[in-house]
Amino acid sequence: MSALFVVLPLALLLVSFSVAGFLWAARRGQFDDLDTPAIRVLYDDDDD
Amino acid sequence: MNESLLAQTLGASDVACSHCALPVPRGLVEPDATRQFCCDGCRTVYAVIHGAGLERFYSERARAGSEPTRPATSGKSYAELDDPAFLERYTRAAGPGLAEVELYLENLHCPACVWLVEKLGKLEPGVVSATVDLGRSTVRVIWPPGEATLSSIARALDSLGYPPHARQSADGSELRRVEDRALLARMAVAGAVFGNVMLMALALYSGAFQGMDAEYQAFFRWASFIVATPAVFWCAGVFYRGAWAALRLRVPHMDLPVSIGIVAGYVWGAVNVLRGRGDVYFDSVTSIVFLLLVGRWLQRRQQHAAKNAADLLYSFAPSSARLLEDGRVREVPIESLAEGALLEVRAGENFPADGRVVEGESSVDASLLTGESRPEDVAPGARVHAGTVNVSARLVVRSERTGQATRVGQLLKSVEDAAARRAPVALMADRVAGRFVVGVLGLAALTLLVWWHVSPERALENAIAVLVVTCPCALGLATPLAVSAAIGKAARRGILIKGGDALERLARASLVIFDKTGTLSEGRLELVGFDGDASVRPLVAALEARSAHPVAVAFARALGPAPHVSVDEYVQTPGGGVSARVDGHLVLVGSRRFVLAQAELEPELEASLDRAAPAGETPVLISRDGRVVACARFADPLRSDAKATLGALGALGHELAVLSGDQPEVVRAVADRLGVELGFVRGNAAPETKLAVVEEWVQRRPVVMIGDGVNDAAALARADVGVAVHGGAEASLRAADVFTTRPGVVPVLELFTGAARTFRVIRRNMLLSLAYNVVCATLAVTGVITPWLAAILMPLSSLTVVTSSYRSKTFEEVS
Repeated sequence: MSALFVVLPLALLLVSFSVAGFLWAARRGQFDDLDTPAIRVLYDDDDD
Repeated sequence: MNESLLAQTLGASDVACSHCALPVPRGLVEPDATRQFCCDGCRTVYAVIHGAGLERFYSERARAGSEPTRPATSGKSYAELDDPAFLERYTRAAGPGLAEVELYLENLHCPACVWLVEKLGKLEPGVVSATVDLGRSTVRVIWPPGEATLSSIARALDSLGYPPHARQSADGSELRRVEDRALLARMAVAGAVFGNVMLMALALYSGAFQGMDAEYQAFFRWASFIVATPAVFWCAGVFYRGAWAALRLRVPHMDLPVSIGIVAGYVWGAVNVLRGRGDVYFDSVTSIVFLLLVGRWLQRRQQHAAKNAADLLYSFAPSSARLLEDGRVREVPIESLAEGALLEVRAGENFPADGRVVEGESSVDASLLTGESRPEDVAPGARVHAGTVNVSARLVVRSERTGQATRVGQLLKSVEDAAARRAPVALMADRVAGRFVVGVLGLAALTLLVWWHVSPERALENAIAVLVVTCPCALGLATPLAVSAAIGKAARRGILIKGGDALERLARASLVIFDKTGTLSEGRLELVGFDGDASVRPLVAALEARSAHPVAVAFARALGPAPHVSVDEYVQTPGGGVSARVDGHLVLVGSRRFVLAQAELEPELEASLDRAAPAGETPVLISRDGRVVACARFADPLRSDAKATLGALGALGHELAVLSGDQPEVVRAVADRLGVELGFVRGNAAPETKLAVVEEWVQRRPVVMIGDGVNDAAALARADVGVAVHGGAEASLRAADVFTTRPGVVPVLELFTGAARTFRVIRRNMLLSLAYNVVCATLAVTGVITPWLAAILMPLSSLTVVTSSYRSKTFEEVS
């Protein structure tokens, strides 16, 4: 159980990476439009 | 425009248009063709789509279940987009050799449209990418300026049925975007913190029940303290600023107890972690931060769609004009025009400036300003306005005013001003918040006082517990969730609502002012009576088949396909009528003045003529070989659902009124036919007058304005709620809080009933969250509450509110 002292901070470190990734994406404007991508997903893929 | 009027007729033929699937009018069916079209617009777009190999559009459209609409090609050349000044102002660099521009597109309302526009590269090879934002109706195009011109890209978009306009993206929108991203970032961090702190809290609760070694307990307590810190110090900053503002302005705002609860809970938890004993409430505190940020983010998204009147300044007047100098014509930007410059305006074009006709005779479609679809005839000396359309023939105009000084420029400016002047309504959430704040703070103080005798530490603990658990998570979510759910449901019914507060305003009993033309009436002329010799009808049909005048179109609709007879010596007289030799007979069709100058009137028909004006009808006389043989009467028919809808609205408790730009007799006649009690009925109302009327009434009671044209735009912006109905000009769509995409007046009724129901849901949500707060407060005051109890009750209250919002039947079909 003492592994907890290592594992928990490690988990938090991973969380901080994913949060950083989210913040980066948000700053680049990837979350500005949340409606149109939902529609694009429904298109069949083209072969072009 | 005339073609769309023609094609609006149902019961025409059984043949469906190959592009828009609406019925093809009888007269336009080609017996031998494999493909049929209802209008030139459809024919053009169909050809363009097939030419570029984009036929998948039709299957995409069917799959999305979108209603087909008529494309709005304008046929403009967009030459002004290649002007270096334009490119400098509106485009940005997007990489080596690439430029980027954002264009507002008309007619972009469905998912299949998104697919089609994003395939722009297939139609216009220069385009590298085209990304649509359906919510804002814009497309971001990236292209190499060295290889393709922006005007050709614009023409391609136009040919697909989506006329583009330059987006006047003022600095305001960029700032707003940055703020949005900041709020999203805060919400994301708060969410990550909340999730992790909850997990640690779960461990602590299990430990509390089953026993946990002291060192692990301390570990989790410290860990949750540290992880909670960024949420409290950064994410919650939004609430601290609001609380500070509330304190300074002495206005009660929910941010105040929220901020106090968060800070007190955090500090008390920190103290207990340092002391090594006592409860910690980090999970409740971080859940408050996260859930309330979600509520705020939802609210902000709803406000977005709320109109930005500055966007209207993609102008209706073209940005360039054809200057006539020394007998030669050259294209110049509008800004360079001097007063008194001579401009050439060809048939089908918009007038670039306000001025007077110097040469030529034509008819002008001034529906932009007057809302009337009947073209006005103009001759040298007549006044013309920027933005209106020159319908039939080339004119030379001397310009008098340009840009913002024109009538339409002034109108658009007044729309902006009207929107800015609109008083913010104290929404129910704000009113509840005020009393809530006082109540909570009072209760906490009381708790402190009462428990002080028992033990100061317990007093402090209980008081802080009161502040933390009564925190209005659910209350902060009550309104945004209900509104968000309602807006989504309304959108599926074809009612697009652009702001949450519009819903609440619509739930109040108001004065509902209707525009007439296009809103209560169909917006087109229809033959309502034919008195006299019926045998002349085929001759009239043959004669009128050659004209695009709305009277001719209405004749064609009523009389059916023209017979194959000879039509010679055809002469169209502006302001009068038409004459020709049809099948050997001299036939005249036109106004009273025109026909009586050349033919004799029968007494019976005189009676028919005199009856027309008071009934709000337009009489058209028909003469054959020098004798007037018939009188045809035209009127703009009332929509079939108008009477029932207005009756239902009156029953809901609203006062109704009609305000129109059309002549008073016509408006009166329509009002009488409606058969409902009306507050007032006014005709001859120019756009400025409409604004003044709304301005006058808005001071006295809530006003909802329903309209469809640019001539309503300012009034729509100034009213408490502006509703633009289907078929409306893009400018009024942008000025309105709500716009309906289904024809008819019934969507307006659905809007009102839906709003009333939504308001009830909001109230229910508030009661539910308050009930939870009362329970929690009681537990906290009596000192019974524990962290795990709070951790269960608080999210439960939010969950209840979520369920209540999304499972409510707000917007549905109204019988």
